[in-house]
Amino acid sequence: MSQFFTKSMARNIFYGGTLFSVLLFLALTFHTTWKVPQRSNAANLTEQVARGKHLWETRNCIGCHTLLGEGAYFAPELGNVYKRRGDAFIKVWIKAQPTKVPGRRQMPQFNFTDAQLDDLVAFLKWTSEINTENWPPNVEG
Amino acid sequence: MQLLQYKSQAVAKPYFIAAIGLFVGQILFGLIMGLQYVIGDFMFPAIPFNIARMVHTNLLIVWLLFGFMGAAYYLVPEESETELHSPLLAHLMFWIFLIAGALTIVGYLSVPYASLAEMTGNNLLATMGREFLEQPLPTKLGIVVVALAFLYNIGMTILKGRKTAITIILLTGLIGLAGFFLFAFYNPSNLVKDKYFWWWVVHLWVEGVWELIMGAILGFVLIKITGVDREVIEKWLYVIITLALVTGLVGTGHHYYWIGAPGYWQWWGGFFSALEPLPFFAMVVFCFNMVNRRRRQHPNKAATLWALGTAVMAFLGAGVWGFLHTLAPVNYYTHGTQITAAHGHMAFYGAYVMVVLTIISYAMPILRGREVNPERAQVLEMWAFWLMTVSMVFITLFLTAAGILQSWLQRIIPNPQSFMQVQDQLHIFYWLRELAGLVFLIGLGVYLYSFFAKDKPQTVEVSEPAPTATVASQPATT
Repeated sequence: MSQFFTKSMARNIFYGGTLFSVLLFLALTFHTTWKVPQRSNAANLTEQVARGKHLWETRNCIGCHTLLGEGAYFAPELGNVYKRRGDAFIKVWIKAQPTKVPGRRQMPQFNFTDAQLDDLVAFLKWTSEINTENWPPNVEG
Repeated sequence: MQLLQYKSQAVAKPYFIAAIGLFVGQILFGLIMGLQYVIGDFMFPAIPFNIARMVHTNLLIVWLLFGFMGAAYYLVPEESETELHSPLLAHLMFWIFLIAGALTIVGYLSVPYASLAEMTGNNLLATMGREFLEQPLPTKLGIVVVALAFLYNIGMTILKGRKTAITIILLTGLIGLAGFFLFAFYNPSNLVKDKYFWWWVVHLWVEGVWELIMGAILGFVLIKITGVDREVIEKWLYVIITLALVTGLVGTGHHYYWIGAPGYWQWWGGFFSALEPLPFFAMVVFCFNMVNRRRRQHPNKAATLWALGTAVMAFLGAGVWGFLHTLAPVNYYTHGTQITAAHGHMAFYGAYVMVVLTIISYAMPILRGREVNPERAQVLEMWAFWLMTVSMVFITLFLTAAGILQSWLQRIIPNPQSFMQVQDQLHIFYWLRELAGLVFLIGLGVYLYSFFAKDKPQTVEVSEPAPTATVASQPATT
């Protein structure tokens, strides 16, 4: 093969192939970012939802939970927790942590104010309404 | 005898030592988390799971970066046939990176994460609290500074010296690494957009530009230990990285199935990512081919083993275990389960941990003033190879079993069970995983010990002389 296929040919295929892939990926990305506002109901993305996301991040929730299937696999999926448990349960649950049941996985107490809990729930509600192509398969996440 | 071809290659040594040190920390935290999977309140509230996981994954990333930088500092002067542009800058950046890394870990462990965010200016520019990108803003900025100084140093060296395909590919990978990291600073309040571009760091690193770095390191080591013609090796490298980028770039789409991106990603992502095993398969063929066609019998048997092991394990972990759950109809049920964890463990170990250990195995003896390690040290290192590699295979198998059962109980059967209900039924697999993790730790201990092992004083005459680099009289053929 060495006579017919030289290093410079291989290099040119690399440049060409990479350029093609980059352009294809950018085109799809362009179209996706155009579609995202509609698929994520961006009109409902209020200040409160944004504050909730900030709380989600600064408490490192992703270090135990998954959100739309991404994160750690130590604790339940929360992308659809709003649909699974509802507003009131989520707040009571967060307030009741840690359960201190011996041997059970424990969640820290974050000492949220009521307003912060509202923000967090607003974020989880908004997240649960994203068009995820019907994932997860059922409400258990 | 002067073993180092260029004095400035010596800056690689502290980088490799730091890499190994942080590797040990990573494994210890992995074992803590493994135990927390079965004894939920283990070490709580001192080290909650999310903190342990952050330390585990961040240490991994940082020590691999140390390894990549050490590799670049070692191989670029030799490839470019010139001294490093600025050894001083490389030393300086080493300490900055190490101290920034250490402070970050201390911060994770000693301050609640929310306070850490507040203290470090996360309210000015919120970047924290996203998986793998948990670092405080000053750390992220520090990474950028170190990366730029590093690229400048390596780039100048390459510019003034001989340009080889290996250095060009390495530099391309490193520029990509630094460039894509900038997306760590982009955190829109729209979660879908956030996730979409978060993958530009995570996926385009590990299934994109890191493969270029890996290919370049493997190519360099193979040239050294096999003596095969550079032209052949570099041609292969181009083929491999073409496959890596052509499949890996659009293959990013396999992360876009269920996060709010359009449904067509199930086709684009599925098709291209299904081809992602190809570059890894090519790497296996390439490595075995080159070793079989070797023109010298290199006395560093351990390095050869690591190089071949890297190719095989990367193919299994990244290629096969990735393919297992990459198609949308499968991923619908396995997304975010222990299947993902299984794949993550073997892919990271097989591709990136092992490639760093490969270059360390080849370069460290030379950096320590000898061509190769004594026979006994090599035997111990090879024991460490097998202990760590086999236990990682078992970790992967146990997590895969857990993941299959998890998907089944939680997502497939007619009366699906809740997350924690399912987790309680997976304990046996988590215990076995922890056991395999302990074996891994033993392997790591043997690995560390191998650096200090000397040959026992010989009391009997040995029939074979001490191994040295010799040209094989009969070149092996396939």
